[in-house]
Amino acid sequence: MSLLPDFSFYNAIVYIVKGTSLTVALIVGSMLTGLAVGLPMAAVQVYGPRWGRFLVGVYVWFFRGIPILVLLFLFYFGIFGLVEKILAEIMGEKVNVPPFVATLATLGLTSGAYQSQIFRGAILSLHLGQYQAALSLGFTRVGALTHIILPQALRVAIPAWANEYSILLKDSALAYTLGTLEIMSRIRQMVSITHLHVPFYILAGILYYFLTWVGIKALKKLEAKIRIPGLGAEVERETTLEDRTGQSE
Amino acid sequence: MVAQSKVLAFAKPRIAPDGAPPLMEAKNITKILGGKLILDDISLSLNKGEFKVLIGPSGSGKSTLLQCVHFLTIPDKGDVFLEGRSALGMGHKNISAFRQEIGMIFQDFNLFDHLTAKDNVSIALRKVKKWPKDKALAKAMEELDKVGLAEKADLYPAQLSGGQKQRVSIARAMAMEPKLMLLDEPTSALDPELIGEVLNVIANLAKGGMTMLMVTHQIGFARHLIHEIDFMENGRIIERGDPESLFADGSSRTAVFCSKLTELTGNQ
Repeated sequence: MSLLPDFSFYNAIVYIVKGTSLTVALIVGSMLTGLAVGLPMAAVQVYGPRWGRFLVGVYVWFFRGIPILVLLFLFYFGIFGLVEKILAEIMGEKVNVPPFVATLATLGLTSGAYQSQIFRGAILSLHLGQYQAALSLGFTRVGALTHIILPQALRVAIPAWANEYSILLKDSALAYTLGTLEIMSRIRQMVSITHLHVPFYILAGILYYFLTWVGIKALKKLEAKIRIPGLGAEVERETTLEDRTGQSE
Repeated sequence: MVAQSKVLAFAKPRIAPDGAPPLMEAKNITKILGGKLILDDISLSLNKGEFKVLIGPSGSGKSTLLQCVHFLTIPDKGDVFLEGRSALGMGHKNISAFRQEIGMIFQDFNLFDHLTAKDNVSIALRKVKKWPKDKALAKAMEELDKVGLAEKADLYPAQLSGGQKQRVSIARAMAMEPKLMLLDEPTSALDPELIGEVLNVIANLAKGGMTMLMVTHQIGFARHLIHEIDFMENGRIIERGDPESLFADGSSRTAVFCSKLTELTGNQ
């Protein structure tokens, strides 16, 4: 550990905070991967042919049914181990898939399974009539989906998406098991050097809390910015019986 | 119950251009949904400029028939011909081109909630007909003006009344310059006070020579504009004729049905 000779708590904290950028990259990357995978799968589940719905179902059950830790190992040692071997055959030299890539792929594909269900719900919540109206105007099925249904489904999905973000963020802490140098693995390095468990895990908690807060606030801002009158939930405070009587239940 | 053959005798298409084929011809449409026969071998045609009305008790298959004519619902048997071109013959690839030539007005409007009135009207021009944005918007404003809603162009559907929504949806369909308009109970989701404004727009379309097939119970408003009434029951057309003949025969199924409606609503 190159840090040992000039170890100081200041350096340790800088080192850990720097790991935040890797966590952020991991989360942004896997949320976007999940979006790219989940959105088409949701469309297939609602509008697709029977075999398409079946394949998506298998995918979703696979990722929902297996713990993310198991998936990380399966991908890193299994699939990426195989990829490394094949690449080595082709290129004639040893190739290493960085743990970051394996982690991002696993988290992204897992999130894709969950996101597909978020978007499926959002699509189903829209009136089927709008899809029909689009077809009646001469839109193709894909056109009706991309121009009419998805712009609305994405808006409706933002609150659930924010939830998925906060879950994925905390799942990303498992990336330390593959040696990705994100927040959690740097924390563990510092703990093993200093044996100060509690202070460093408190720091980890603070960092994850902060990232959750920033992400969810940003998504709330986005939700408000692209809100359309009459679309999505609009809660107004109504007079309750308690207001009138001064009594509580 | 009147036998079909007897009724067909007094059907007289008023606009029958000399030997020209009908604008739309639906032949032997049969539809089964959930094991139930919804449409039982129905044939129906419209000449250019004709205004036909479908009436009948709920569940008789009127809406499904409109959906089948539009090929939004695919009939299990039979085919629809628009100016002689078969919908089935268009195949999977071109069915949207077939649908584009037919406009549909829905009972619950089905406006696109994320778009303003003018974007509701122009989006298909831009994305389906590939018109440039300003041309599409100019056409949208023209169509909104025809239904009296030019000043509401920038409002979202949620900011419009039911009658205004339905008028936007008529402008949206008309912007595509369809050859045939299908109207599925266009006023049944509206407050009594808002029905008039929508019926006016529809009457104007009829006067303008638009070919229309409308499911409605509001036949009083424009009886003089309607060329033919088809009465549906249990998936079949059991009476067919022009309004005068059907109502002159006080015992016709249509006349009895409509007199019950009149008793209920106090107007015809």
